[in-house]
Amino acid sequence: MTVRVFLVDDHAVFRSGVRAELSREADLEVVGEAGGVAEAIAGINSTEPDVVLLDVHMPDGGGVAVLSGIEEGPVCLALSVSDAAEDVIAVIRAGARGYVTKTISGAELADGIRRVAGGDAVFSPRLAGFVLDSFTGRSPVPEPPLDPELDSLTPRELEVLRLLARGYTYREIAETLFISVKTVETHASNVLRKTQQSNRNALTRWAHRRRID
Amino acid sequence: MYPTGPLYEPARGAGPAWTDPAGAARGYGPAPVLDVGAPPVRLVRRSGGRIVGGVAGGLADHLGLDVFTVRMVFVLLSALAGAGIVAYGLLWVFTPGGYDEQAPSPTERRQAIGLAMLGIGLAVAVSWLMNATVAAKVIAPIVVVAVGAALVWREYDIDGPRSLFGLPARPTVITWARIVSGITLVVLGLGVLVLARIDLGSLGSALIAVVVTLVGGGLLTVPLWLKMARALDAERAARIRNEEREEIASHLHDSVLQTLALIQRQAEDPHEVVRLARSQERELRRWLFEDTGPAHSSLAAALRTIAGEVEDQHGVKVTPVTVGDVTMDVTDSGDGLPKEHFTALLGATREAMVNAAKHAGVPTVDLFAEVEPHQVSVFVRDRGAGFDPAEVPGDRQGLAKSIRGRIERRGGRVEILSTPGRGTEVRLFMPRDDTGEAATDAGPSGADEGSQASGAGSDDGRDAPSGAATGSGARATREFASGTGH
Repeated sequence: MTVRVFLVDDHAVFRSGVRAELSREADLEVVGEAGGVAEAIAGINSTEPDVVLLDVHMPDGGGVAVLSGIEEGPVCLALSVSDAAEDVIAVIRAGARGYVTKTISGAELADGIRRVAGGDAVFSPRLAGFVLDSFTGRSPVPEPPLDPELDSLTPRELEVLRLLARGYTYREIAETLFISVKTVETHASNVLRKTQQSNRNALTRWAHRRRID
Repeated sequence: MYPTGPLYEPARGAGPAWTDPAGAARGYGPAPVLDVGAPPVRLVRRSGGRIVGGVAGGLADHLGLDVFTVRMVFVLLSALAGAGIVAYGLLWVFTPGGYDEQAPSPTERRQAIGLAMLGIGLAVAVSWLMNATVAAKVIAPIVVVAVGAALVWREYDIDGPRSLFGLPARPTVITWARIVSGITLVVLGLGVLVLARIDLGSLGSALIAVVVTLVGGGLLTVPLWLKMARALDAERAARIRNEEREEIASHLHDSVLQTLALIQRQAEDPHEVVRLARSQERELRRWLFEDTGPAHSSLAAALRTIAGEVEDQHGVKVTPVTVGDVTMDVTDSGDGLPKEHFTALLGATREAMVNAAKHAGVPTVDLFAEVEPHQVSVFVRDRGAGFDPAEVPGDRQGLAKSIRGRIERRGGRVEILSTPGRGTEVRLFMPRDDTGEAATDAGPSGADEGSQASGAGSDDGRDAPSGAATGSGARATREFASGTGH
């Protein structure tokens, strides 16, 4: 089953590079591309792709603006040169299901697209590190009343997250923790969901700055 | 061009000479390739090294003489009816201030003030000898005016933010004292000159007259001042923008353009291209986004620095991931990581990374560091050749011993796990205070194979069965048990 992919990035050279890389994958099809926020929203709503590859830094609001402008449906994988914690967390909280940096190889990118299309979360070690920091870091400001369900990670989820931050693949994590790969994926998805919905200070700070919530 | 320096080099070094404003002010152009002798120094007054106005010092620097000689010359000249004082005043007005910072020593200050008073005394005395009335009515008042003016001018000369009327933004009592006494002396001196007698009674009305004149003049010219102030602001803003742009341009020219040119030349060697690109990317990122404080201000920054160095020197890709941060505790204050622990951790991490780069045979090395309240954990991992710990001959155990030595000497803990064909992981745990060994493992190492030597009572509900190391399927993972026995 082909996965239909839409590219959003204001750097035209990069778009054509990604297009070329993905064209080598039989099961991925690039159905459209856009270089700006308005163009992207219009294009995504009309072509209805499965996965959107979304650049974070663009004028007029960037990836976050695109995420808030499109209708439900496509899954977004954020792609960026920047590695700053605020960018990464902001785009996850806006709804992206994964974050990768632009220096990853074509094969890894294709793999990430497939995983995200299949419903998994794609956690680069950096993203895992930022999320870990947000959930375990001590906040200088008193926290709002925290929901134990949503605002903290279970010990298992913490373990998975730490191993992700250490660079382990899902398969390696499954072997280390003696669980199945599917269980690892579930844990990762839960962590992602909590990252998106938690009210923790560290996470809401990024949201306020980007005026998402 | 590439960040190759000792570990704690500041991220941004000094730029080329023409971005250095002090150098530009001194009249230096871009550093010449062939040294044809230093260009002549323009005459500037001393700023930090001044006693009164810095004129004698500046002149001494310009002519290459000793400052005492120059001061003596001024003193002797002032015997000629105060010519020395006039000359000093003129030079003060027309020579710009310099940028030196070194303050004069107390002996020099005493000597110079003594010479100044000698000069003033000579001026008055010699003119008295020549013609007593002229001395009393002309020379002495002029000298008084000069001293008063000097006191006030001195306040305007000091660098720093300015407020009303050009005074320093935060005037101290001394500033006000100097200004008030200066104004009084000037008025007094001028009064004597004009009125030919010292009349203390009319001093008050004279001062009031001066104030009224100044206020009236100021009120009349308010629009002029406003326009000048606005023009000055706009000009300053434009200048700052320009300087920023020049600095960015020069930085890009020095680094990015050069790297891009190199990449084009090395296009046949993809390994080298990647190395160059990564190195430049790292450097540019650091310049754009990070503050350039000293490297010991953050463990995360220090880890990034050494990861970058390992990348450059060994051609591997290292992406450090850090959770939390801690500073080096240089002052023994109790928070932060003690200096020896900090350096030991960095050294051991670097060794582990270099070892992975050299022997694993893979292009990437993972680095993860987590800072917790009681300890710092660092994990260096590769998916390379690995080795069988039991089969390493004693003489090749240098790495393990060296890493262990550094860490355990500080009360930390080291675990080295490796599987042939599957990779190696070096785990370092360093306690955050001096009081003891790294706490029994509470979390960071996840469910490692359970064969570590730390106490079993610290588990927080993990499911992994302990003792599963032996005979868990095809993996023959062995481990160097930590020797500190806790």
